[in-house]
Amino acid sequence: MIRFDDVTKEYPGGSVAVDGLSLTIPTGEITVLVGPSGCGKTTSLRMINRMIEPTRGLISIDGKGVADMDAATLRRGIGYVIQHAGLFPHRTVLENVATVPRLLGWDRSKSHAAARDWLDRVGLSSEFADRYPSQLSGGQQQRVGVARALAADPPILLMDEPFSAVDPVVRQQLQAELLRLQADLQKTIVFVTHDIDEALLLGNRVAVMRVGGKLAQVDTPADLLANPSDDFVAGFLGRDRGIRSLSFAGMPRLPLRPERTLALGETPEPDAPAWMLVLDDQRPIGWVETGALSGPVSRDDLNRSGTVAAINASPREVLDAALSSPTGRGVVVDESGEFSGTVRASDLVTLLEAEQSR
Amino acid sequence: MTWLADHWGEVWTLLLQHVWLAAVPLVLGLVIALPLGWAARRWRAAYPVLVTTSGLLYTVPSLALFILMPLILGTRILDPINVVAAMTVYTVALLVRSVADGLGAVPEDVRAAATAMGYKGFRRLLAVELPLAIPVLTAGLRVAAVSNVSIVSVASLIGVAQLGNLLTDGYNRAINGELITGIVACVLLALAFDAVINAVGRILTPWTRA
Amino acid sequence: MIPSIWAWLTSPENWCGTFGIANRLAQHVGYSLLVVLIAAAIGIPLGLWVGHTGRGRWLISAANAARAVPTLGLLFALALWVGPHIPGRAAFAVPSIIALVLLAIPPILAGTYAGVGAVSPAARDAAKGIGMTPQQVLTKVEIPCALPLMWSGLRSAVLQVVATATIAAYIGLGGLGRFLIDGLAQADYAQTAGGAILVCLLALAVDGLLALVQRLVVSPGLSGRARTRREIVLASGKDGAPGDVAHSTSA
Repeated sequence: MIRFDDVTKEYPGGSVAVDGLSLTIPTGEITVLVGPSGCGKTTSLRMINRMIEPTRGLISIDGKGVADMDAATLRRGIGYVIQHAGLFPHRTVLENVATVPRLLGWDRSKSHAAARDWLDRVGLSSEFADRYPSQLSGGQQQRVGVARALAADPPILLMDEPFSAVDPVVRQQLQAELLRLQADLQKTIVFVTHDIDEALLLGNRVAVMRVGGKLAQVDTPADLLANPSDDFVAGFLGRDRGIRSLSFAGMPRLPLRPERTLALGETPEPDAPAWMLVLDDQRPIGWVETGALSGPVSRDDLNRSGTVAAINASPREVLDAALSSPTGRGVVVDESGEFSGTVRASDLVTLLEAEQSR
Repeated sequence: MTWLADHWGEVWTLLLQHVWLAAVPLVLGLVIALPLGWAARRWRAAYPVLVTTSGLLYTVPSLALFILMPLILGTRILDPINVVAAMTVYTVALLVRSVADGLGAVPEDVRAAATAMGYKGFRRLLAVELPLAIPVLTAGLRVAAVSNVSIVSVASLIGVAQLGNLLTDGYNRAINGELITGIVACVLLALAFDAVINAVGRILTPWTRA
Repeated sequence: MIPSIWAWLTSPENWCGTFGIANRLAQHVGYSLLVVLIAAAIGIPLGLWVGHTGRGRWLISAANAARAVPTLGLLFALALWVGPHIPGRAAFAVPSIIALVLLAIPPILAGTYAGVGAVSPAARDAAKGIGMTPQQVLTKVEIPCALPLMWSGLRSAVLQVVATATIAAYIGLGGLGRFLIDGLAQADYAQTAGGAILVCLLALAVDGLLALVQRLVVSPGLSGRARTRREIVLASGKDGAPGDVAHSTSA
């Protein structure tokens, strides 16, 4: 657990980067610090590993003040990931990742073995180990940066806008990878970003800060969207708060309906409905307009516009499946990807309204 | 400084000689380096060859090159042409890299835009790429000029007359005034070359001053 | 002309003895080495300090401006004004050595400063953030990354010294320059040209050696010798990046 106790950072000349921040960061969770430029989020993060020293106040990790420890020793126990990775260009990827273990005194073979293991866990194949950073793409470099931060298996990970410098597609991949890793590792992660959507996606708790370094609100993403504490937070969260909150709501039970399906390669019966769902080995692959078919259905005949929701998906995914389907019937699959039933948007909305009024 | 006052005429003649011996190679060197630097950029294989060769040429110590020039050119050792030729070699060696890097510094999208608008090859080089390469070129020329002024003075050791004569004579006859005059004259000349090239470079690039 | 030069270069008696080629070569190399070591001992720490702290940047500008001073003039000035104060035989060598050191410092200083400046700020920040002490940041990250430019400054300085040591023979320093100067004085073109060829060969050999050391000492990740990502991608025929995370399938 990391605690900020009335922490202030003031620069000579009077500018205040962080103003009286009091915040508890729970162990084993991702806490996101988010806010506009100048809100002090990066400064706050960098005070945890003493890259910046506070002017007033106390920062402690599991009860021990960070100021009481030697700075370099403190940092070797905390993973640190920054925006442009900051990989050492003169060292190979493997040597980069093995840096902290070596600093801690592990011998070469142990450090390199740990490094290879972590490279694998961040999704980089072993052929990358002997490459140099200049030979990697931005996304790959960020993965190496994360592996390097985790190599000595620190309990805490500090991440300062780590995905801001890569393109949106890569960013999505990296975000998903982080969530996957965290599900296995349960580290205490402090994540800084200026992107509210990223914050809501990744954070178990989100701390919104305002310009001037003050904490505006700290809550779970669902509570934040449902109850912004003031106009600033409401404005920062942006529009579509209702729809976005659907990503976090639980789904009580899905009102599934049965559906007549057609297997790939089958010919529809004469009494078939206008649209049918096509399955390949029990897996939905698309809808087909039966009137346009002259023989067995093939992949070329498919309409692929609808998305598919998993049985335990959030209401947002289920609603999207219903709205994007050409028939208004959203396709739902079970945990193994096999077809379970369909949902209509109206059924879903009725259910959500019932939940709201409860 | 009484020495200077007494020998003004002499110094002036030597100064003019020095200017000629330093400036002509600068111009010749630039003229030769431009196509070579362009070639280095144009054909990927040419770059390392040209840069390495330039590096090797620049490695040759000045006095040695002055002495060996007569062998290569077939001139007498006292001929100032040796000095001009050697200085040109050094200037080319220095500038090929500058031209190549200067042309390389032109942003790719600018080049692409120029081509898309209808500029072709030589015209594009003249109208778009060279002007944008001027800052890097100017930097290289300044280094070459200052270095040339210093190296030319060494030619006194092989008997070619210029400001270096003030240095050798001042040393040999232990005349402090003459030696100091020689040093100061070289420094001022070098700084003058530097200032002129810098000014010309800025005049040719009004967009950097805007 | 050429046959007589060849004869001079290949006759064994020219190689032996105190005034022989072998000895003069050794002197030349010896003086150059001494000068470069002294200049590096001054220039590298100074360059690291200016680059690291950002203070004293005027030193770098001064070093660049110092290029305007003619090397011949510096040699003569020191010989005339410092020489008389040095007792004994060292009077010939000391002024030259001082001048050579003064000429060698600027390239080393400028190269080291530029090298430190070339270290990426992100790498420096990361080094500190993952727990390196300031000394470790300097030795494990900054110096290795600064090495290409530092080494290039060093090479520049070495060539400058080898060339100027040749000229310093005029004021009494030994070394290969003696053949050039003596040959000119005695109107013995074979000697002068022979000496000039030797000096050229020495310069080329030394530069070649330094280039080799550079390849060995500087990390391939810095010099651009490692194949670029594009070349690897094209060679392997596939993108090295991991496959797309599966998005929701369409139905």
